[in-house]
Amino acid sequence: MQFPILSIIVFTPIVTGLLILLIPAERKTEIRVAALAAGAFALLLSIWAYFSYDIAAGGYQFIEKYDWLPALGISYHVGMDGMNGPLVLLTGIVMFTGVLISWGIDDRPREFFAFLFILATGVFGVFVTLDLFMLFFFYEIAVFPMYLLISIWGWKVTREYAAMKLTLYLFIGSVVSLVGALAMYVTAGTATGQWTFDMLVLEKAGFSTSFQTLWFPFVFFGFAVLGGIFPFHNWSPDGHVAAPTAVSMFHAGVLMKLGAFAALRVGIMLLPEGAKVHMGWIILLTLVNVVYGAFIASVQTDFKYVIGFSSVSHMGLVSMGFATLNREGMLGAGLQMFSHGVMTALFFAVVGMVYDQAHTREIPKLGGFRKVMPLVPIAFIIGGLVSMGMPGFSGFIAEFPIFMGLWGYKPWIAIVAALSIVITASYIIRIIGNVFFGSLPEEFEGHVHDVTVLDKVALVFLSAVLVIVGVYPRIMVPMVESGVNYVLRLLGGA
Amino acid sequence: MEFILNNLLTLILFTPVLAAVIVMLLPGEQEQLIRWTAFILSFIPLALSIVLWVSFDRTAVGFQFEQQIEWYKALNSSFHVGVDGISLTMVLLTTLLTPLALLASFSIRDRIKSYMVLFFLLEMGMLGVFMMLDLLLFFVFWEFGLVPMYFLINQWGSEKGEREIWGGRKVPARTYASIKFMIYTMAGSLGLLLAIQMIGLVSGTFDIPELMKSWTSLNTPLTLKGVPINLPITTVKAIAFWAFAIAFAIKVPVWPFHTWLPDAHTEAPTAGSMILAGVLLKLGAYGFLRLVLPLYPEESKYFAGVLAFLAVMAIIFGALASYGQDDFKRLVAYSSVNHMGFVVLGIAAAAFANGTKDPQFAQYANIALNGAVLQMFNHGLSAAGMFFLVGVIYERTHTRDLKEFGGLFPLVPVYGGILIFTSMASLGLPGLNGFISEFLVVQGSWPVFTLFTALAMIGLFFTGAYILKGLKQVLHGPLNEHWAGHISEINARELMVIVPLMVMILWIGIWPSWILDVINHAVAVFK
Repeated sequence: MQFPILSIIVFTPIVTGLLILLIPAERKTEIRVAALAAGAFALLLSIWAYFSYDIAAGGYQFIEKYDWLPALGISYHVGMDGMNGPLVLLTGIVMFTGVLISWGIDDRPREFFAFLFILATGVFGVFVTLDLFMLFFFYEIAVFPMYLLISIWGWKVTREYAAMKLTLYLFIGSVVSLVGALAMYVTAGTATGQWTFDMLVLEKAGFSTSFQTLWFPFVFFGFAVLGGIFPFHNWSPDGHVAAPTAVSMFHAGVLMKLGAFAALRVGIMLLPEGAKVHMGWIILLTLVNVVYGAFIASVQTDFKYVIGFSSVSHMGLVSMGFATLNREGMLGAGLQMFSHGVMTALFFAVVGMVYDQAHTREIPKLGGFRKVMPLVPIAFIIGGLVSMGMPGFSGFIAEFPIFMGLWGYKPWIAIVAALSIVITASYIIRIIGNVFFGSLPEEFEGHVHDVTVLDKVALVFLSAVLVIVGVYPRIMVPMVESGVNYVLRLLGGA
Repeated sequence: MEFILNNLLTLILFTPVLAAVIVMLLPGEQEQLIRWTAFILSFIPLALSIVLWVSFDRTAVGFQFEQQIEWYKALNSSFHVGVDGISLTMVLLTTLLTPLALLASFSIRDRIKSYMVLFFLLEMGMLGVFMMLDLLLFFVFWEFGLVPMYFLINQWGSEKGEREIWGGRKVPARTYASIKFMIYTMAGSLGLLLAIQMIGLVSGTFDIPELMKSWTSLNTPLTLKGVPINLPITTVKAIAFWAFAIAFAIKVPVWPFHTWLPDAHTEAPTAGSMILAGVLLKLGAYGFLRLVLPLYPEESKYFAGVLAFLAVMAIIFGALASYGQDDFKRLVAYSSVNHMGFVVLGIAAAAFANGTKDPQFAQYANIALNGAVLQMFNHGLSAAGMFFLVGVIYERTHTRDLKEFGGLFPLVPVYGGILIFTSMASLGLPGLNGFISEFLVVQGSWPVFTLFTALAMIGLFFTGAYILKGLKQVLHGPLNEHWAGHISEINARELMVIVPLMVMILWIGIWPSWILDVINHAVAVFK
């Protein structure tokens, strides 16, 4: 039996989370160290798994399969391919840096880290699972702690509202998808007599085109809600803003990818014919996401809302790439999930650092933070350049193929979507100028301080990832490409 | 040595990055150490490009020192560098101006370390554009250069001045100028980005030498991934041509896309203006030469008249606008619009003569193009010199208002002499470099666009007018007593910046063949 690396990655967080609960609540340092150790361990394992994936061989690797409920055809079945490999790595990165950023949490850190880690297990699980039932299982594990994390540790003004809104939205979405998933299970089961939730089997079930056309929207939109697709996106900025820093990082950095990834894995890969029928109009919704999201972001005055809406805009690019259903678009979308995840984690980390010092996020009231925290603006500028798709950073590597894919699908959409690049540049420049440069307002004089060493480590790490992928795309592109080729085979050659 | 020659271009391109890293590691408070380290390190790319210049084979056709390394295989884009005579000249100009600009920056006090790092990144961005033979990476470097320039203007630009923006709010002039520069250029590049994506998808490659063959010969209706475009191929190509042309026209800048330039030039720190006028504007002209003419020969020929018209407008209005300024730096800034107009005029003439059977006509086009490339180099020298001299006087007087100067010649005779010399180069005095290139452009364009060239001559007259106006207001006339005893002569460091430029100006003016030799072989391809 081979080394069960994926299972260890998936269960390390939850096991640590439960162990942390055993530590007495007042021993906060031990709790934090334990959390950091688990974060580092999961990160190292995901780096290891990422680099030991054999790209030449392709397909699913590190497969583990155990029967869980054989009577219903449910099994614990995990594997990694080119599509989810970068996302596992992303989760490891965000988990590790999230722990670093959360070092200062003083209110019940034990419970905070426990919930955060349960969330992480859910996320890892969704990415690697190959069983439809387990996918929902992990999905709900990921959504539930979010509610507690936001409503207990969130921003006092809106946390109850935002947590409730987010949870209801996501539960409704997942129920809708679940209906579609059950329809697949029953139809495939009755047709073949083989009752199974195994997605590798369901891929080959050969559902009729009319079945796929009917059920694709259910499955796709159910998950795409979590990916922030227009018009179901408005839970997301509220949720981002209300959440504590590390949770925002998880939320925007990883959780939204969960939606996009599941929409791909269950929607497009299991119902490819349905995808072909519906993508023509879905891509219009994603276009609204991209351009309208960027526009809304540019008129916000709350620092965190700007970033929140920018996520809506950038996640729109991911769905848009998937919606092209061609090689370039999907390749770009796969890369954009990783790039946006790291970038937005960096953004929310910076927002959190500024807020912790200034206790306000109103952009007009801020200014001059370069003088007190010299490293933070550099990190934010790197994130900002990624966000505006500046060449030399990972955002360009991801967005360029998405736009190429659009040219091969509907050229006019590429032209309209490109407007978002300029809008994004304008609001990023505005933030950089207003928050970090200029003069420090008098009321902050002497009250704001530099960030801690741990914060700096997190910022440098996240920025470095963005630059490395941008300068040396070979570190990620071939892997995603192999994943895309697998999806394209399901879509029928192409 | 073997290693250096084999990787020469890559080394030239990335030694500035190495220099940036070294400077970054120095302690921030040791300003003198940072300045000298940066200055000395900036000679490495210069030395390497002199090696490149010497070992460049002047008789061979096509690109030399080519190197191709896999970069973004999924899109068939590779790190492909190579130089011909045009890019070689530009590489030399860039690496030559950077040490001078760094030396000119010794008076910067604020955050000198970040400043130097940004400057090296800027140098890398510009060199990358001149070397890349891959369309995708060309765009990468093209856009990347904006970032350091934005911060140089935004953070180290002139501290005075306010601009009212939409809504009546006042912002510092340097903020206004830097954002205008950034957004204007990025918006201009959007069309370029989209066109590059489309070409890449149609051709399946981004390699420029390959595209020169496959994209130009393409004449069947386009299908993008099996989806036909319901437009005739000529229309698609014409749209793509304008997408390229506008992006480059903004950078040159050609009238009416020039409005970002006076603001950016005026607000930038002295060294920033030197590089902005000296090299950055050439990126646009270079884009025309490297991409527009070879990739769209027919469209360029078809629209050459429009381009020539815009160039003439740039020449005339640039000169008139320059004459109308009271701000010394703005006067010099508008003169760039005027001078770059000649570059575009030469390019337009060559574009029009493309594919002609008449050898005489082709000869004229060749002359015009030689002139255009030489004018790029010459303007790089003289504009950098002029901006530097404006910076020198500004550091002493803290004003750029021409009305406040007057009669300074007796106070600063050496500076005055240098200013006159450099201005004359800019004016096109025979014996100095500007004359050679503008003469070639005019001579070559005359038979091609007689009317436009005649109109350009009117512009040339106003060139004389604004330069003399600048000289008169600063150096001659009654002495403004306010400055007596308050203004010091140009110092040794400043002389070290300007003298190399003056030597080059004179050298090309007297004996241009050493550089025309290199250019001529490269532009001969465009027949």
